[in-house]
Amino acid sequence: MKIIVCVKQVPDAKDVRLDPETNTLAREGVQSIMNPYDQHAVEEAVRLKEKLGGEVTVLSMGPPQAVDVLKQAISCGADHAVLVSDRAFAGADTWATSYTLAKAVNKIGAFDLILCGKQAIDGDTAQVGPGLAIQLKIPFVTCVQKIRDASESELVMERMMDDGYDVVAVDYPMLLTVVKDLNEPRVPSLKGKMRAKKAEIQVLSAEDVGADSAKIGLAGSPTQVVDVFPPPPRGERAILSGSIDEQVEQLVEKLAAYL
Amino acid sequence: MDYFLTEEQDMIVEIARQITDEQIIPNRAELDEKDEFPREILNSMGQADLFGVPIPEEYGGFGGGCLDIVLALEQLGRGCIGVATAFAASALGIYPIMISGSEEMKQKYLPPVAAGKKFAAFGLTEANAGSDASGIQTTAVLDGDEWVINGTKQWITNGGEAQIYTVVAITDRKKGARGASMFVVEEGDPGFTCGPKEKKMGIRASSTTELIFKDCRIPKDRLIGRKGTGFITVMKTLDSSRPGIAALGLGIGQACIDEAATYAKQRIQFGKPIISFQAVQHMLADMAIQLEASRALVYSAAKHIDAHPKDMSKVSSMCKVMATDMAMKVSTDAVQVMGGYGYMREYPVEKMMRDAKILQIYEGTNQVQRNVVGQELNKEYSRK
Repeated sequence: MKIIVCVKQVPDAKDVRLDPETNTLAREGVQSIMNPYDQHAVEEAVRLKEKLGGEVTVLSMGPPQAVDVLKQAISCGADHAVLVSDRAFAGADTWATSYTLAKAVNKIGAFDLILCGKQAIDGDTAQVGPGLAIQLKIPFVTCVQKIRDASESELVMERMMDDGYDVVAVDYPMLLTVVKDLNEPRVPSLKGKMRAKKAEIQVLSAEDVGADSAKIGLAGSPTQVVDVFPPPPRGERAILSGSIDEQVEQLVEKLAAYL
Repeated sequence: MDYFLTEEQDMIVEIARQITDEQIIPNRAELDEKDEFPREILNSMGQADLFGVPIPEEYGGFGGGCLDIVLALEQLGRGCIGVATAFAASALGIYPIMISGSEEMKQKYLPPVAAGKKFAAFGLTEANAGSDASGIQTTAVLDGDEWVINGTKQWITNGGEAQIYTVVAITDRKKGARGASMFVVEEGDPGFTCGPKEKKMGIRASSTTELIFKDCRIPKDRLIGRKGTGFITVMKTLDSSRPGIAALGLGIGQACIDEAATYAKQRIQFGKPIISFQAVQHMLADMAIQLEASRALVYSAAKHIDAHPKDMSKVSSMCKVMATDMAMKVSTDAVQVMGGYGYMREYPVEKMMRDAKILQIYEGTNQVQRNVVGQELNKEYSRK
């Protein structure tokens, strides 16, 4: 089985700051990590490989330093890694990103399954996985919380819903986006880390993947961000304490101040 | 301080740190409270190849040396030395095979331990043979193609949890120290059982039991090395493993300073964080000085041992004494800095202080270690 996992390097959520000038995420000096949902996607891919055989290729679109997350995936059991990286990709929205990843997937070649995290914790759109499936014209299932049965011909899985879950069976090829309930990602192994150190990461440019320059980067993005601003601060709040009578008394007093 | 570790050593530290932070620290209080063996955490260490660190590459390991294992144990010890002891005892259990075992024996027993699929244990201590190993009562007699073992081992770490046990027994009482031999006993061998888990002051996540041999019959080829070389193997095993115990001391020392300094910055008394008082600052400073000095000795000793020197015993004993006495002192002081809170189970230093005590006792008491250093000095100065 050939599995491709899409991963993204994101700023560590423990360390998020906004640039006060532009209101965008400050990336300078912020620790980068593999998007947490993607870690579960990598883990599931490696488990499927261990069960059914085959190989796992991790794919990322990003700046050159994104090789770090690709190496991390190799240390956790992925076999190959591909980075699509080009200045021309800068400013891509989710659709231009989906297009670019689809081009890269076609370049990688035949696949049975693509796994993505449900969403990236920086953009939080949850659109790239489904967008990639649309570009590749393959079925997709979002928010997969459990793979019930995996065989050479199909996957039976649980899709998380607001009030429970659906059980879905799909034939290959397909794309899944996964949630954190799916599994517990493993700690990288020593041998995996050694392999990752030596691994050669294939880097592909826009030209290498045969991307149409009108469909990539800012120019190829149907979404244009007009303004970014912090939400207005919430009004003043207070928590009252004491017995009910005391609290009522305090409340009346506060309300009276507005009269 | 930067100890200029190699890239591989940094990898070992990263992996052990991740397991410690994500799996050991969140679970240690419960494992301690319930006397629970940390099977899941050990499985995860196995999957991450940590059990393979001291095992040669040809048997599925990483081929690491003393410093490599010390670095892993320091991190694990920062989380919980109960969990780390279960891990370390498995390495201790296979050292006799690595040191004196035949090629067939290594092929058979090392790969599953390296993969973390089987655990090992080391059986030396008995009711009347602790520091004085010559008091061993357990015997092994050759009967046809089988050895028949009789006797009881006491306080054996990983007892009941391990699948592979390396055990010392007397094969010829008349020959004294040269009359002891080592054997591999497997879980399920006829006549071999483990006693109930002992109730301990600390390191409660680790399992400690008796090993009971009643006409236990094992194949002839389970003898490790030649007959009569048991004590030499034991001594070499302990020389190799003691820096690992020292490393657990470093781990506890670091954890105690982390806890005490963080607390001292938050705790306000007389309108100030208590870290601003010189009495507290000096305690923390002394803790940090003793820890760093111990770390420097342990790392240097481990590097020295990796060069397979002749004076391995002395150096190995020196670092064990220094780092484990430090751990006892620093954990006691951490409780003191944290006052009443430090004494409560709600905070982790109470457990660290209980745990630290074993480091001065097991794998040779610190008094016996001083004997070793003293005897070596005596020998050195007789030659001068």
